[in-house]
Order: sequence, then structure tokens, then C-alpha cells
Amino acid sequence: MEQKIRVLIAKPGLDGHDRGAKIVARALRDAGMEVIYTGLHQTAEMIVEAAVQEDVDVIGLSLLSGAHMTLFTDVTRLLKQKNMQDILVVGGGIIPEDDVPVLKKAGISGVFGPGTQVETIVDFILKNVKK
Amino acid sequence: MSDLASQVLKGDPRSIARLITLAENNNPEFSKSMKKIHPHSGKAHVIGITGVMGSGKSTLIGELAIEYRKQGKTVGIIAIDPTSPFTGGALLGDRVRMMELATDDGVFIRSMGTRGMLGGLTSAVYDVVEILDASGKDVILVETVGVGQAEVDVIKIADTTLVVLVPGLGDSIQTFKAGIMEIADLYIVNKADRSGVNQTLAELESLIDISCSKDDRRIPILTTIAKEHKGTEEVIKAINDHKNFLKETNAFEKKRRNRYEAELVEIIRKRLMNFIFDESTFKEKIEKLLDKISKKQLDPYTAADEILGKILK
Repeated sequence: MEQKIRVLIAKPGLDGHDRGAKIVARALRDAGMEVIYTGLHQTAEMIVEAAVQEDVDVIGLSLLSGAHMTLFTDVTRLLKQKNMQDILVVGGGIIPEDDVPVLKKAGISGVFGPGTQVETIVDFILKNVKK
Repeated sequence: MSDLASQVLKGDPRSIARLITLAENNNPEFSKSMKKIHPHSGKAHVIGITGVMGSGKSTLIGELAIEYRKQGKTVGIIAIDPTSPFTGGALLGDRVRMMELATDDGVFIRSMGTRGMLGGLTSAVYDVVEILDASGKDVILVETVGVGQAEVDVIKIADTTLVVLVPGLGDSIQTFKAGIMEIADLYIVNKADRSGVNQTLAELESLIDISCSKDDRRIPILTTIAKEHKGTEEVIKAINDHKNFLKETNAFEKKRRNRYEAELVEIIRKRLMNFIFDESTFKEKIEKLLDKISKKQLDPYTAADEILGKILK
């Protein structure tokens, strides 16, 4: 048995700032994970459908436009509907501190703002991946 | 586990996805499911798409899938990207070019890392083709990694192989080399709006003129601009022509047989490797042998004999 952690990296919403998502994708790759990069402008439906087909252990969401409260939670709500809460969901971007507890309550287990070391994200995933 | 197989046969996406993961992870329980899957596979048309890195394979596949969907066919896509030989990680980015298909329930896309295989495919790809086939997909598109010249494993799995080229890859000598240029059932010159397209087409024509076209079938050359949705309808028509040709010449059965041969060999290889490598002491043992080989106290052949002793006896 040779299990690998599979991670979906997606950018919901309309902003085109994908540098952060790419850096995280690269770091997870270098940590030995299989990273499925889906690119910009993803809807919650697209993200969850990709997560189903790719049978991922983790979904990483990146958003810099400020719409995280709506779009991140759209994803976790859809996952809940489909009974897929065994997937670890993390998010990153420009996220005010006040929003973090709300997001965590909504199922975004890890929230990472600007200045986060990529090692922190890798460690968080390794420690919290559920499968 | 056998329940999973039944769900796959009904076409349930989550079960398909889970069974593929078990195949990729070499799960010991997996073969039980495949016993249930095998009788139901063999109906889909498997199309291999290969070509150099950046030739537009993913975009072309996305376009082909859209076209097949218009014709009412269901589509499975297997998109393979390289696994790092250093970290074991992989960045699988082919979905980016297939966004239009993301929420179409008649399409199932799976991205896979090569996980150590070198021929342009990945070890579990045979299983994944079987799974998607048995789940009821009419067409299965298999995208290889971006290839150099010698990664030709795709012909072991595909009924129809497309070699995707782009203008300006080199002079006519390149087209005469062995390897990837020998495996095409169909040549696609993508990005045909680029300069140099006429030269590329002329060189391909002369390659086909000189080499005996295999089985007396002249390999068609098609041009596409996948990004602008141009030429894909014609590609599908040519794929269907090839399918009919296979049927008329009874080559279809032979292709299937070849695929099962490759699959069987791969299963045996995997099991043998597991048998040899799963030992907890293996790493230690090999380090000791490497010490001796480095110090010229032992040659690699004798060392291999030592490791394989338990099988060869």
C-alpha cells in the first residue's frame, strides 16, 4: 500500500490573483502530495464535483477578493449536503481575523493569511488529514 | 468492497473515484473488486492522446469531450502528469483546460501522477480504463504525460492513438526517428494558426509517403486550433473511421488482447516488486550491498542475485 495525500487547490470567485494558490500547490507537491490544480473562477459546484472525481483528502481554497464568507462556506455546505465531511478544507487569502472563527465553525478547519510560512500549511494538513 | 464494484457498475461517481484510489494505492482488497468489474468492461472506445509538452493535449481533449457530449456519448478522461522522482509529489494541472466539463455528469475526469512509471502512463491506468469502461462510459480519453521521443506505452492501452504535434518542432529528420512517430493512428497538428504549419504538414506527408502505411491504411493528418474550437469535429470523424477500420480488419479484438497482455504483465510486475520491496529489512539490506558495490567488493549483478535469491531458487 502506498497512500498519497491528494489535495485539490481551487480559486473560487472572480479575482485572478493565483500566485498564492500556485505557491501553496508547489509547496504541497514538494511535500510529496498529489496536487490537483483546477485554476481560476471555480464555482462551489465545480470544486465539489472535482473533489468527488479526484477522491481528494483535502480541499485548499484561495480567495483574495473578500468574498470568502460566502464562497468558502458555499463549498463546505455543499460537502455537507453530499456527506463528504471527511475531506479536510483549508482556506487562504486576505481574511480579517474576526472572520476566522466563523469560517472555522462553518468547516474551514485551517485559515491562513498573508505571511504564513508554507511549512505551517504542510504541517497542518499532515496533522489534520482525516482519511 | 464488492459493494463498491456494484456501485461502480451503476455509474456512481464517488464509488468510481474511490475504486480508482484503491487501484492507485495498490490496496490488497482491490483485486476482489476487479473480479466483478472485468466481465462488464470492453465496450468503450479507448483513445490515447500523446504528444510533446505544451502541444495542447489537454485543451484538445476538453474540446473532443464537448463534441462527444453533443453526440450524446458519455466520456471518461484520464489525465496523467509526471510525479516527481525526488519527492513523490505531483502537480496535476490538466483540469485547468477542461473547465467547461466540470459539472457535466456525463463526464468523469481523473488526474493521475505517473508514480514512477516511465513510458508516459501510470501503473494503475489499465485498472482505471477498466473501471471507467465498466461504469458505462462510451469513450475514454487517455492523456499521456508530455512525451519526448520514446514514451510509447499508450499504444498498449488505446484502440486509437492520436499523436499531437505543433508547427516548428524541427526538421524532417525528427519525423523519421523511431519511437513516438511510429505509433500514430492519427496525426493532429494543433495550434495550426502558427507559422510553419505548412512545412510541418509537408514533412508529415512525406513521412507517410515513404514509410509503408501500416495495414495499407494511410494515416490521416488533421489540423486543429483547439483553443478556438476548430477542427475537433473532423478529428472525431477520423477517430470513428479508424474504429470502423479496426472492426473491418478484426484488429479490434487484437487490440483488446494486447491491452490485457500489458495489464497482466503490469500486475505481475507490481506483485513481484511488492514481494521483493515490502520487506522491512530491504532498505538496510540494499544499503549494505551498495556499500560493497561502491567499494568494488561486489558487482551489481551478484548483488541482484542475492536480492532475487528467494524468487530464483
